[in-house]
Amino acid sequence: MTVTLLYALVGVALLSMGFYGLVIHPHLLRKLLALNVAGAGVFLFLVAAADSGAAGTPDPVPHAMVLTGIVVAISATALALVLADRIFQVSGSTQMAEKDPAEGL
Amino acid sequence: MAGWEVTFDNCLPLLILLTSLVPATVIFMLPEERVRWRTSLNIGGAVLKLGLIGVMIWGVRHEHVYETRLPLLQNIELVLSADAMSVMMTALSGLLWFLTTLYAIAYLETSPQSRSRFFGFFSLCVSSTVGIAMAGNLITFLMFYEMLTLSTYPLVVHRGTQESMQAGRIYIIYTFLGGAVFLLGVAWLKALLGSVEFTEGGLLAGNIKTHAGQLRIIFLLMIAGLGVKAALVPLHGWLPRAMVAPAPVSALLHAVAVVKAGAFGIVRVVYDVYGIETCNALGLLLPLSLAAAFTIVYGSVRALSQDELKKRLAFSTVSQVSYIALGAAIFGPIATIGGIVHLVHQGLMKITLFFCAGNFAETLGVHHISEMNGIGRRMPWTMTAFTIGALGMIGVPPLAGFISKWYLGIGALAAGKSWIIAVLVASSLLNAAYFLPVLYRGWFCEPAGSWPVESNSGRWETHWMLLAPPVATALLALMAGLLANSPYSPLEWARLIAAREYQP
Amino acid sequence: MTLPAWIVALPLLAAALMTAVPRSRLLMVGSAAILTPALVAFLARTILRDGVLQMQLGGWQTPLGIQLRADGLSVAMLGITAVIMGVITLYAWAYFRDHESSRYFWVLWMFLWAALNALFLSADIFNLYVTLELLGLSAVALVALPQKAAALTAAMRYLLVSLSGSLSYLMGVALLYAANGTLNIEMLANTAQASPATSAAFAMIAGGLIMKSALLPLHFWLPPAHANAPAPVSAVLSALVVKASFYIMLRLWLTLFGALTSPSIAQILGVMAAMAVIWGSIQALLADRLKMMVAYSTVAQIGYLFLIFPLSQLAQGSQEALQGGMYFLFSHACAKAAVFLAAGTVIYACGHDRIDGLAGIVRQMPVSMFAFALAGTSLIGLPPSGGFIAKWLYLNAALRNGQWWWCALLLGGGLLATAYIFRFFSIAFSNREEIVSARPVPKMMEWPALGLAVCAISLGLVAPAVKKLLGVGGLF
Repeated sequence: MTVTLLYALVGVALLSMGFYGLVIHPHLLRKLLALNVAGAGVFLFLVAAADSGAAGTPDPVPHAMVLTGIVVAISATALALVLADRIFQVSGSTQMAEKDPAEGL
Repeated sequence: MAGWEVTFDNCLPLLILLTSLVPATVIFMLPEERVRWRTSLNIGGAVLKLGLIGVMIWGVRHEHVYETRLPLLQNIELVLSADAMSVMMTALSGLLWFLTTLYAIAYLETSPQSRSRFFGFFSLCVSSTVGIAMAGNLITFLMFYEMLTLSTYPLVVHRGTQESMQAGRIYIIYTFLGGAVFLLGVAWLKALLGSVEFTEGGLLAGNIKTHAGQLRIIFLLMIAGLGVKAALVPLHGWLPRAMVAPAPVSALLHAVAVVKAGAFGIVRVVYDVYGIETCNALGLLLPLSLAAAFTIVYGSVRALSQDELKKRLAFSTVSQVSYIALGAAIFGPIATIGGIVHLVHQGLMKITLFFCAGNFAETLGVHHISEMNGIGRRMPWTMTAFTIGALGMIGVPPLAGFISKWYLGIGALAAGKSWIIAVLVASSLLNAAYFLPVLYRGWFCEPAGSWPVESNSGRWETHWMLLAPPVATALLALMAGLLANSPYSPLEWARLIAAREYQP
Repeated sequence: MTLPAWIVALPLLAAALMTAVPRSRLLMVGSAAILTPALVAFLARTILRDGVLQMQLGGWQTPLGIQLRADGLSVAMLGITAVIMGVITLYAWAYFRDHESSRYFWVLWMFLWAALNALFLSADIFNLYVTLELLGLSAVALVALPQKAAALTAAMRYLLVSLSGSLSYLMGVALLYAANGTLNIEMLANTAQASPATSAAFAMIAGGLIMKSALLPLHFWLPPAHANAPAPVSAVLSALVVKASFYIMLRLWLTLFGALTSPSIAQILGVMAAMAVIWGSIQALLADRLKMMVAYSTVAQIGYLFLIFPLSQLAQGSQEALQGGMYFLFSHACAKAAVFLAAGTVIYACGHDRIDGLAGIVRQMPVSMFAFALAGTSLIGLPPSGGFIAKWLYLNAALRNGQWWWCALLLGGGLLATAYIFRFFSIAFSNREEIVSARPVPKMMEWPALGLAVCAISLGLVAPAVKKLLGVGGLF
């Protein structure tokens, strides 16, 4: 098993674990962490895709994608954290309400 | 579309459509109090439309071609054209719209609901009817057919009462289901043939070998879709319920717009899409004539048991409109003439009856036949108009109704279907059975005391704008019968249409 | 020609200047709302004359540079975006006049517009990811604006779904790149082969995009988000944002995946679409809040969009299917925006949107109700609206290539839509008790809805022109 293949498989595994965690955990912060783990998985897969063989420099395009992805993930996580915090302030709960409340415009 | 210049001939159909579409748009935006504006727009539009229709009648008689074409998609065009049949229907619609407008203005004077809304939708309704009349292909027909449903719904529920809303709901259910079925038929036919233009003599002549089974199903779908509006049994359920609408609406719906649109559609499909010879070859005429015959008898039987005047007239409509379908379903030019001319005759007679029913209700509060004793003495003009209409329905010569039934009978004999004569005779007897008692009560019985609601209307027995329309239409029904052989009469026009449909 | 870059940059510039100089907000919003549609119109004229337009941002060459590509489909999407965003801007100006949150609204609004423009002009699959994320984040923030519990929860759910969808999409992009070595859509179309990698990529990409387009059964986030957001936001979400991910799906399908995946995939999408139409319509019928009803109507109408895939499979009738799907997209965008704006006016005037409490509302706001009626006819699919043309095209396509079972769905869907639209109408028109204390509504809130509804109706009459525009670039 080459290193590249290992990275790729681990990346896929992280993605699956992340999605699983997103669905299973009710706590908002855990959901966010799970999403971040999933993101890390995709990035790892991309790094593996940058391998261009024994000789030669790695392909820069996937690296660019990873960097962009990291920036996007950070911004998204920031927004999510603010939302989670606001939900906690307004409703006192760290989980999303199951039933849609009747009011709200 | 290259080389299409704007000429009067090209625009006339569109102009006729616009004479009610533009007033509709303006009236919607008028504030409620602008009575004068609204009245002038209504009447002005109606008069202008009649003028333009007059031009068109003269033109079509002299073989002019009036056609407006608008491309909708790459292989579909919106076509408004004037052939003999569209001219007849458009003329009927235009004339009756004018009279109903006068009537409605007077009838709704005391109505608390928005009159701007009413007249706006009223004009839209007429625009849709005129569009249906002048449609040159099935797509255009379909579009205006659906628009008709949309513009008549607010009229049916105008009063906003529980009963009206319920009637409106039932109306929507029936007409939308019918519309969906019709749409399927049209789309299927278009996919099969590539073109759905109305062609004199029929579009299909010759194609039947390859698709006979599908063509039969498509015919069934289309007739079912059209039959809802044309009130073919068992698709007629919405019609009696829609009587809760104000009298001008019932008059318009039953004489001009909705039921006529359905019947007109059936005539168009049989003659100008399938062609009468193709229908005969596919064996479609017998089921259609059976359905029509059953409706004729059923409607009359149900009418017998109704005490509410408008409900009785509603069932009478169910019965009478099927004469048109019956005429279409008998093979032979004479029956064709009978069916087509009945489009006009039934329109004139039925609208008279509804106007009179509205007068009775509005002036004296009389809604039931049992309350009509001696009403002829109180409102002689109205009752006379009612009598003319009723006698015409029964088929008493020399009124218009007699002409249609005569031609249908002769046509049935010529086609070898003598059982239809029995249906016609039975129907006339039933018509007599439910109209004559009303006439007897109105003329010959003593009034029961005071009327439910007596309103003082001055010199005439009722407001002149409520009186003039029924008198006018009764006169027209009389003339259509007496002067049937003169040029430009409905009968003459129907002969012209039949001649063009049965070209060798 | 830097026109595409300007179309993306203009709203961003407006947002930046607005933040720097708060008093210039009206000027910035107004300029963006007028100039962007003008630029799009100009772009449309250019591509009709010269064909597809391509430009490299900053002069950097691919593969590391970003390419912007304007063909018929992109410009048509840009056009509908410009029209709808422009009109809703008018509405939103009146709506947010007294709100403190208007500060944030306008900046986010401009971000959303820029994201949409950039998305439609992207020529490679990774740029699509970036713009998709930008779109999602702006939309989430807009949904969360009211700061009430329901809106915040809906926004959070939307955010989580959006992020998972994007991650799934990104994984698909990674797989495609690993297999083919390029990100550019045109080049992928040439080099991609049917292989396990491509199928896996398709699964990930489709899964992500279906989640973001709210196709059943992944639609659960849409009704709360669209129903609880402020009216202008709901309008743009239903009209444009869900269509953006559908656009990506369509483009990738037409250029890439359609030929490479098994035919049964398209039928599976069709089945999901059918369930969406039926389930969405039933839920709309049962909804007791007006905005909830409209949101479920969106779920149903998205089903119609996805029917484009099974209907365009076979050569016979695929042209009509593609056109019909685009027509559904355009007319639904206009009609649904109009309906949400009208619903927003209702809430503004009455303070609530419980359908049972709206008896006789047609007298309070005739213009909005008329707009609702016109838009309703397009949603039902009655002539002469764009919705009818779309339905007709679909029916034709289905009949011509023999997939007649979709006809039943199309007609049934129309009848179900009739049911829930008329349910509202019979209450709105009825004579029952008058609405208590209805606030008077500013004109600028009623007329935009009517304008959009008229657009939806008149779309039926300009079909040949639209077809010509879509044809640039050879996809249609």
